[in-house]
Amino acid sequence: MTETLKRTPLYDLHVELGAKMVPFAGYEMPVQYDGVMGEHNHTREAAGLFDVSHMGQARLIGDESALEKLITADLAALKPGEQKYTLLLNSEGGIKDDLMVSRPDDEGLFLVVNAACKRSDFDYILEAVKGVAELVELDGRALLALQGPQAGAVMAEICPDAAKLVFMQAGWFEIDGLRLMISRSGYTGEDGFEISVANAHASDFARKLLSDERVKPIGLGARDSLRLEAGLCLYGHDMDETTSPIEAALTWAVAKSRRERADFPGAERILKDIADKPAKKRVGIALKDRAPAREGTEIAVNGEVVGVVTSGGFGPTVGAPIAMGFVAKDYAAPGTQIDLMVRGKARPAEVVKTPFAPHRFYRG
Amino acid sequence: MSTRFTKDHEWIRVEGEEGVMGITAYAAEQLGDVVFVELPEVGKTVSQGDELAVVESVKAASEVYAPVSGEVVAVNEALEGEPAKVNESPDAEGWFVKIKLSDKSQLDAMMDEAAYAEHTK
Repeated sequence: MTETLKRTPLYDLHVELGAKMVPFAGYEMPVQYDGVMGEHNHTREAAGLFDVSHMGQARLIGDESALEKLITADLAALKPGEQKYTLLLNSEGGIKDDLMVSRPDDEGLFLVVNAACKRSDFDYILEAVKGVAELVELDGRALLALQGPQAGAVMAEICPDAAKLVFMQAGWFEIDGLRLMISRSGYTGEDGFEISVANAHASDFARKLLSDERVKPIGLGARDSLRLEAGLCLYGHDMDETTSPIEAALTWAVAKSRRERADFPGAERILKDIADKPAKKRVGIALKDRAPAREGTEIAVNGEVVGVVTSGGFGPTVGAPIAMGFVAKDYAAPGTQIDLMVRGKARPAEVVKTPFAPHRFYRG
Repeated sequence: MSTRFTKDHEWIRVEGEEGVMGITAYAAEQLGDVVFVELPEVGKTVSQGDELAVVESVKAASEVYAPVSGEVVAVNEALEGEPAKVNESPDAEGWFVKIKLSDKSQLDAMMDEAAYAEHTK
């Protein structure tokens, strides 16, 4: 069975820039240009440009309460110009997706969901909001992420107003006559922006950003190593429909007011997890030797399996292999000594706090 | 003795009864930055095509196969501290393993440099 892969509006640009293209979530996406290590380091040192147009964008206009019942955010507390990271839940309180919800204007919400989940997410939301709100899928818009310590300075040159945003703020801005939805956020642990631009202008806008010598194109390979060092979950790996937000160590994404109201799907399970601690929990893992432990690696203590690695690789900024995984609650405390069973060999490791590389968000 | 190549992008250079092997520049380029190499124990006996080593890049782990049958007589311990040698010098300093060949006739069926160059076109 071969499925035709979709292309983002930046496809030709990726090829022109020498990207190695791979299938990802139904799209042909750039995994790397010059090399994962160099791209990772460039993002930590200057600024990287990522094509994240495969992600799903939508507006929700109308009564927001039906959407709120499916997620963990307090939408009444989301003021115009603000953005929140939140979780879309299934009826058992498992995570259907993680998403960004923002209020860039007074017309309603702006949603950004994961590529692999977007059809399922939007169908789920459409069904829930039927008759009370309208969900408008924005297939006509591309999404770029500009990430890194120089991202603010780069943005200041092309749009000084957008450069005034602070972490988790969002709004509409005009650059060269284009109307762009820009948020100060991203998924690398660095300062940066996500920029929603009409498909027809996406390539030209990307070229404009790349014409600044501080900005280089970055592929999915480095996107993954950057988010892992930042201790951020990758949907479908570090969480899925069976995982509760508390197991995934995302309790902070469940708004306090919502816990009090207990009005989200699976509230009983999730509140019980908060009160009693879940049986398993996502943790960060620092490896003591040089062998990376990949997704699926068993975690053992005294020869007994106590968990599994869900994301693992080499952290270029850390300079060592790092991982995240789920362990039984007795082994979740930072400092706990564990073994990772890499190709049958026990490799010593330790449960650590995340992030592995400090977050450097711009908070004004 | 000239260098011989496998379709899986290993090279081997044999002198007398022993061969030194590694991965080709083409393979190293495809893998990207190597961050770890898991080498076999000295003394291990392998058959042609067996998994011999694992090379890890930032993104993924890849298997390296024994180009010939024989006994592992040495491994490149320098790769432990400097796995990047595989990228910098894949056909010299970035060697993986020395093997004492048990059947030198296996070399006859392997590619020479010109055939390998054709294989990677």
